[in-house]
Amino acid sequence: MTELVEPAAGPPRPRDAGAPVGPGGAPCWCDRCGESVAAGPHEACAAARALEPPRWCASCRRRMKVQVLPSGWSAVCVEHGEIRG
Amino acid sequence: MPEILDQARTQVLENGVGLDEAGVLAVLNLPDEHVPAALQLAHEVRMRWCGPEVEVEGIVSLKTGGCPEDCHFCSQSGLFTSPVRSVWLDIPALVEAAKQTAATGATEFCIVAAVRGPDARLMKQLREGVDAIRAEVDIQVAASLGMLTQEQVDELVEMGVHRYNHNLETCRSYFPNVVTTHSWEERWETLTMVRASGMEVCCGGILGLGETVEQRAEFAAQLAALDPHEVPLNFLNPRPGTPLADRPVVEGRDALRAIAAFRLAMPRTILRYAGGRELTLGDLGTRDGLLGGINAVIVGNYLTTLGRPATDDLKLLDDLKMPVKALSATL
Repeated sequence: MTELVEPAAGPPRPRDAGAPVGPGGAPCWCDRCGESVAAGPHEACAAARALEPPRWCASCRRRMKVQVLPSGWSAVCVEHGEIRG
Repeated sequence: MPEILDQARTQVLENGVGLDEAGVLAVLNLPDEHVPAALQLAHEVRMRWCGPEVEVEGIVSLKTGGCPEDCHFCSQSGLFTSPVRSVWLDIPALVEAAKQTAATGATEFCIVAAVRGPDARLMKQLREGVDAIRAEVDIQVAASLGMLTQEQVDELVEMGVHRYNHNLETCRSYFPNVVTTHSWEERWETLTMVRASGMEVCCGGILGLGETVEQRAEFAAQLAALDPHEVPLNFLNPRPGTPLADRPVVEGRDALRAIAAFRLAMPRTILRYAGGRELTLGDLGTRDGLLGGINAVIVGNYLTTLGRPATDDLKLLDDLKMPVKALSATL
């Protein structure tokens, strides 16, 4: 649906690019701040996410290409595909 | 009743003459207990000079991120370590976004690009987008593409873009604290060209960038001097990775003071709720603002952040018995 263009500044190197999500399918990375889920409760991130789309792939910590539309959004990870909300 | 509100009742409500900078400052400095009276007066002014209708608009980002400018509030600047990546929206998705917007009853659809100014590729994409929307969707198309040349202004008129958004963002004296890659005066030049072209001028800004109350009043006076058709009023939503990421959000009471003050400075303008209201005002505050001078809303999502569901805002307008402005009234 979108033409995706590489950013001028590249994303941070993913720590485990291509790795699967954690045990039981739990995400490894916070999709709002990109930090480890295990590092903290990310309560502020969870609250902020009510009014923000995800920016980081929860599986591999790649920065996603996000398109916000009037009634939804799509976020694409080059490794793990597209999610919509 | 504070003297400034007595003065405003005569000057603004009865005669339609907006408050000057000193008057706006007096409203912004009203003690908490007088804020409801200021909002009530601002509402009366809005009803008297604009009417009960509320203009509903949707916006979409045609080109997201990678902007060469350094607007310190913006997550789309390529100069900051923001998580926002560059994305272009294709024409079918743009048309679908316009359809979604029209389905809410909105009369305005604003196409926005994160650029200093449009290049040939962006103008071509916009032309194709506007043509496709006009062929399929009954809605007015506005645009926001940064600073323009006269040739680009003429091209937008020829495309049928009826309103152009270019925010001054903040007052002239504070602008260099917010943007260093271009000047307030450059923005003003674009606005002057847009006005002369016959397109409607949409120009507002963001409160909570670190400006003083005096600078907030200065901004209202400068906007009033521009006399735009529409003033979108944003409240800073601090974005991760930007220089303003750690700024506090505007207090709800201060936001309401500003709404009343801006309405009393510009009795006839379309004063629109834009970004940040969900964070600053919440549901109750949103209602208070609509009863305090606001007569337009952006419904649905913003450019990189999400808004309330459009249905929530439409229900609120219905509860308040404020009719949505019809497309026929905008032509």
